[in-house]
Amino acid sequence: MKALSQKRRHPLAAIALLLMGLLITGGLYAVATTVNEAKASTTTYSASDVEEGGKLFAANCATCHGMGASGSKDGPSLVGVGAAAVDFQVGTGRMPMQMNGPQAMKKPVQFNDEQTHQLAAYVASLGAGPAIPEEHLLDEGGDAAAGGELFRTNCAMCHNAAAAGGALTRGKFAPALADVSGKHIYEAMVTGPQNMPVFSDANISPEGKRDIITFLKQIETTGSPGGADLGSLGPVAEGLFVWVAGLGVIIAFTIWLTSRTS
Amino acid sequence: MSAASTAEPAFVAKTKTGRFTDFVDSRVGGSGILREFGRKVFPDHWSFMFGEVALYSFVILLLSGTFLTFFFDPSMAETHYDGGYVPLKGVEMSVAYSSSLNISFDIRGGLFMRQVHHWAALLFVASIAVHMLRVFFTGAFRKPREMNWVVGGVLLILAMAAGFTGYSLPDDLLSGNGLRIIDGVIKSIPVIGTYISFFLFGGEFPGTAIISRLYMLHILLVPALILLMIVLHLFMVVVHKHTQYPGPGRNDNNVVGYPLGPVYAAKAGGFFFIVFGVIALMAAFFTINPIWNYGPYDPSPVSAGTQPDWYIGFVDGALRLMPGTFGDWHVEQIFFGQVFTFNVLLPALVPAGILFTVMFTYPWIERWVTKDDREHHVLDRPRNAPTRTGIGVAGFIWYCVMWAAAGSDLIATHFHVSLNDVTYWLRALFFVGPIIGFIVAKRVALALQRKDREIALHGRETGRIVRLPHGEFIEVHAPLDEYKRYKLVGFESPEVLPAVPNEHGVVTRKEKRRAALSRWFFEDRVAPATPAELEAAHGHGHAAVESTEEAKSLTH
Repeated sequence: MKALSQKRRHPLAAIALLLMGLLITGGLYAVATTVNEAKASTTTYSASDVEEGGKLFAANCATCHGMGASGSKDGPSLVGVGAAAVDFQVGTGRMPMQMNGPQAMKKPVQFNDEQTHQLAAYVASLGAGPAIPEEHLLDEGGDAAAGGELFRTNCAMCHNAAAAGGALTRGKFAPALADVSGKHIYEAMVTGPQNMPVFSDANISPEGKRDIITFLKQIETTGSPGGADLGSLGPVAEGLFVWVAGLGVIIAFTIWLTSRTS
Repeated sequence: MSAASTAEPAFVAKTKTGRFTDFVDSRVGGSGILREFGRKVFPDHWSFMFGEVALYSFVILLLSGTFLTFFFDPSMAETHYDGGYVPLKGVEMSVAYSSSLNISFDIRGGLFMRQVHHWAALLFVASIAVHMLRVFFTGAFRKPREMNWVVGGVLLILAMAAGFTGYSLPDDLLSGNGLRIIDGVIKSIPVIGTYISFFLFGGEFPGTAIISRLYMLHILLVPALILLMIVLHLFMVVVHKHTQYPGPGRNDNNVVGYPLGPVYAAKAGGFFFIVFGVIALMAAFFTINPIWNYGPYDPSPVSAGTQPDWYIGFVDGALRLMPGTFGDWHVEQIFFGQVFTFNVLLPALVPAGILFTVMFTYPWIERWVTKDDREHHVLDRPRNAPTRTGIGVAGFIWYCVMWAAAGSDLIATHFHVSLNDVTYWLRALFFVGPIIGFIVAKRVALALQRKDREIALHGRETGRIVRLPHGEFIEVHAPLDEYKRYKLVGFESPEVLPAVPNEHGVVTRKEKRRAALSRWFFEDRVAPATPAELEAAHGHGHAAVESTEEAKSLTH
């Protein structure tokens, strides 16, 4: 300590201090940003996957996304979107897009699993981005109650508390989440497809995402304890039902009761 | 003493039951009441039964509600859920929400009773609404029933209040969001709004007092008021007697129908069980208000698809339709250092205010315009009061536009249209819809009246062409039988009453306004066919042919 205090007036002390400060700030920043970023691509794809993926991309995607996925006026650049984005968009049939509209619609899947894998490999090779989630995050073994709380706070305002979907502005919408695989739910959270915001690992931890998937799968398997759920759409569906079915049946009875044999 | 007993031996019934009934009857006079009420005549028509549906729904609400009070705890104390629904296990929530979940999952028959209660509530308000529409469009609110129309309107408001206070009790996310909107509406009232809100919630929203306060209103005050109003309503029905549709032999001095006892009593009793059965089937097979989906209330999350129950929907819809700015002009303004949140205040209070004001005052408006002070016990067919029908349809459409706006998000997702476009269209319809509705309904009513007149005068077209001896071709019209013709010609048709001077010989401005309204109401009326016109129509040429043709067709 004494040696250090004696050298504090050394001509190079200021520079050393400055260097130290920069190193610490930079190091902390680096740590902080890696936490904030969803896990960068760690899966290794074989060179042949990347090559095959490149061919598929040139044939099917490059029209809009440009050669080398650098983007064009018809589609965004895909450099750095990661394998998860490709797996979600192609794996749910949203890409290749059927037509331009407020948002890409789900439709029958156009590529088989291997081709999807190759496309993901190609796009992942262009720049680091969120990877396809690991199996242990998708095992639906998390805490459903905690997942429910996360879901209500972060997701329900668009997707509805019962995950039945909801409207957004100008024809866009948040889809219902029944029958969506855990993998695709996870990928949607980390990549933010269409109009969805990105929920990074700093926002919702990977375990939190696992809990959300557990919750969604649990309410799906539990079903509706009270009978037919009328779409889980809330009081509008209930009101429509009581006016049409409830009053309708009762009016039929009133007509029957007041009819006379003539 | 002995003289009296020999003069009139006391009646002694032969059987035990007879002696028992006689004992009771001689003390409470039951047979007299039965004689009076049992002979009360009610006309028969399906549209007269919606009030009954409302009454029965209310009885079912009382029964199922009593069951729910055994298990519901309106406390906002914090607890951790420990019941049968796994996706909420261990979640922090209020005791109120936890006990609602326990009713749904851990009390035998609890979920069924909750669903019976909620479906019955929706049906209660819906049947009141349909009943009021029937009363309005048939003119049953006219003298002497104006007061009963007002009592009915109060019942509608009380039913909405009962529904809303109940909707808020489970303390789930949906009900909490609903309360938040009410809190916002209250706070938008200038100057006193924030004070009322603090007073109601016992501090800043949501506080810990609101659920138990709403519970007291929901199970004590509001049902008691509803019961009181129902008693008044039915008392007046008995005093006024029931209205009847026009028909041969029916006039303002009689009631044609069946006596209450025994057929009507049996029918009404059976109908109660039909309504109960329909509600029970709905509760058994269709879920309503799945509170477990929404989770405990917490002011931060809001779920998509958050709407009030249908009867509050029109207020919610009006709020959704209101723009926040007109171009660069903000609807929220600051005057005298006070914020005036017109973008909440106007849509929340003005449309409902207009609807209820017109509804309550309409009997007096029509009475003033027509200067009609007579009693009316025979109903109008809606076509025979075209302007009233038009006004009713305009109000109905206005309500429905706001009602639809409350489901604008679901309209957008289910029909794959833009939410913004739905809002723009509904905003346009909010202003244009009632006008179009009025014109179309009035024209349709007038056209139907003309058709009635045509049929009354010339009979029904048979499609049979007959050649007369001198070569003329005519189509044979079958004359109506007298009963059917009565229905087409036997109605009242008020005429335009021009302004008349008062006792000082002055035509007041108010009288001029009345005359203008009277003209607007009745200037294009279609008069019913008079006996003279009928005589004339049946006197000439082809009437004779018709009768001979008729005679022929009867003989072969």
